[in-house]
Amino acid sequence: MRRLINQHPGRGSALALGVLPFIVLLVSYVLASQVRLAENPHDKLLPSLGTIADTFHSYAFEEDRRSGNVLFWADTWASLKRIGAALAISAVLAMLLAVGIGVVPRLRALLSPLLNTVAMIPPLAILPVLFIVLGLEETSKIALIVIGIAPCVARDLALRVGELPKEQIIKAQTLGASTWQLILRVVLPQLWPRLIDAMRLAMGSAWLFLIAAEAIASTEGLGYRIFLVRRYLAMDVILPYVIWITLLAVFADLALRLLRAKAFRWAEPER
Amino acid sequence: MATVSVRNVWKEYGPQVVLENLRLEIADHEFVTIIGASGCGKTTFLKMLLGMEQPTRGQILIDGQPIRPEPDPDRGVVFQRYSSFPHLTVFENVMLGLELKRARFAGRLFGGARRAARDAALAMLESVGLAHARDRYPAQLSGGMQQRMSIAQAVICRPKILLLDEPFGALDPGVTADMHQLILRLWAENRMTIFMVSHDIQESFALGTRLLTFDKIRHDPQAPEAYGARVTYDMPLARKSGETMSAATTA
Repeated sequence: MRRLINQHPGRGSALALGVLPFIVLLVSYVLASQVRLAENPHDKLLPSLGTIADTFHSYAFEEDRRSGNVLFWADTWASLKRIGAALAISAVLAMLLAVGIGVVPRLRALLSPLLNTVAMIPPLAILPVLFIVLGLEETSKIALIVIGIAPCVARDLALRVGELPKEQIIKAQTLGASTWQLILRVVLPQLWPRLIDAMRLAMGSAWLFLIAAEAIASTEGLGYRIFLVRRYLAMDVILPYVIWITLLAVFADLALRLLRAKAFRWAEPER
Repeated sequence: MATVSVRNVWKEYGPQVVLENLRLEIADHEFVTIIGASGCGKTTFLKMLLGMEQPTRGQILIDGQPIRPEPDPDRGVVFQRYSSFPHLTVFENVMLGLELKRARFAGRLFGGARRAARDAALAMLESVGLAHARDRYPAQLSGGMQQRMSIAQAVICRPKILLLDEPFGALDPGVTADMHQLILRLWAENRMTIFMVSHDIQESFALGTRLLTFDKIRHDPQAPEAYGARVTYDMPLARKSGETMSAATTA
């Protein structure tokens, strides 16, 4: 018998093993729901799959009587706009900061202490400040996400710049590179894949801040809807919304991973 | 043309003396090999020639001019590792120096200028025997191929001085012999002065036209940092014909 560390599952069994926990979760939910509903048909805590499907259908395919919107897609679009804008702004900001701090010692002396301090501010603690200063519209929500993730991404990327072997930086100078050329041809190209990695890790926090901001002051959005229907214990709405948010995050992560593998072949580990 | 004068150069880190009172006159087109125990300042000396470190006393002149206190294209370098760019293919690595020189803002060449640089880079790759691997990334190359690329990358910029920091230290013996042939040929074809730090005495004798050994001759057991290394031997090596030279390197 080989050691556990040397027993590798085949393709098929790896897939089966991966799917298994999901099936276990689903089956236990269905069983638990049946038990509760048998006792009290009006139970709201664990609605049956049928109820969830009906509710989802009315949210995703029928217009809301009051607003005339199809709520599910309106919420999705509102949230994606916010998180997309915030991620883009964060990426640009983090790259600028990281390259400045990582490459130019004077900028490092100037900005590094500030960045390290700002990164420690709990973003949710200043959410009221953002609402007061920027208003309750989109700006404050996007600002919350940016403040929440950009400093961390920037610090991570600045570390990556620092990890570039000193020999590379010296070699580039002996090939005649100016500071600008060094950034353009040596530092930036090697930083893009690191940016993707950092954004993948920051994605979880980004969703957290988005939902927090939407929960507190919003009129549409995935987080807004969840917190709105919470008052009616509408688990049949909350559960599909949570699953949808999770799926969106999983797809975004997958897309970034594929982009990295396609666009930065040199940065992939050798097989 | 590249003569190098090292005038009473000291290098100290606080109370620790690394190198003391180096005085050297290096002629143009010399192939200087440097050996010595680890920690005796060989690499520090190379770093000062490169401009990565400054002497604490004395000065270093190239062609009578004080060297710039930072690396520049006059002085090319090949390190033992990490001196290529992992995100560029072999071809792009070799092109890089030409592009940096001619495209100050974009860092890339286009059109006719690019075609000229491309031809030069391809000729250089052909010359170091890497033409077949031009589209591979450095991580996909063997150690010897990586060093060939690194040398090509430095030499294509036509530096006055080429600094080699144990460039063949991590290679297999068979590969090393090929590399010796290559570096001697490039040295003969391009008029450059070479400094090579090595820990291989045989290699240093075989390649060099002048051999320097660095060592600490004074030692105070109470204060081991009080004295630094000096040049203890400075030997001109008889210029051999190409044939005996290759015999010596393969021996």
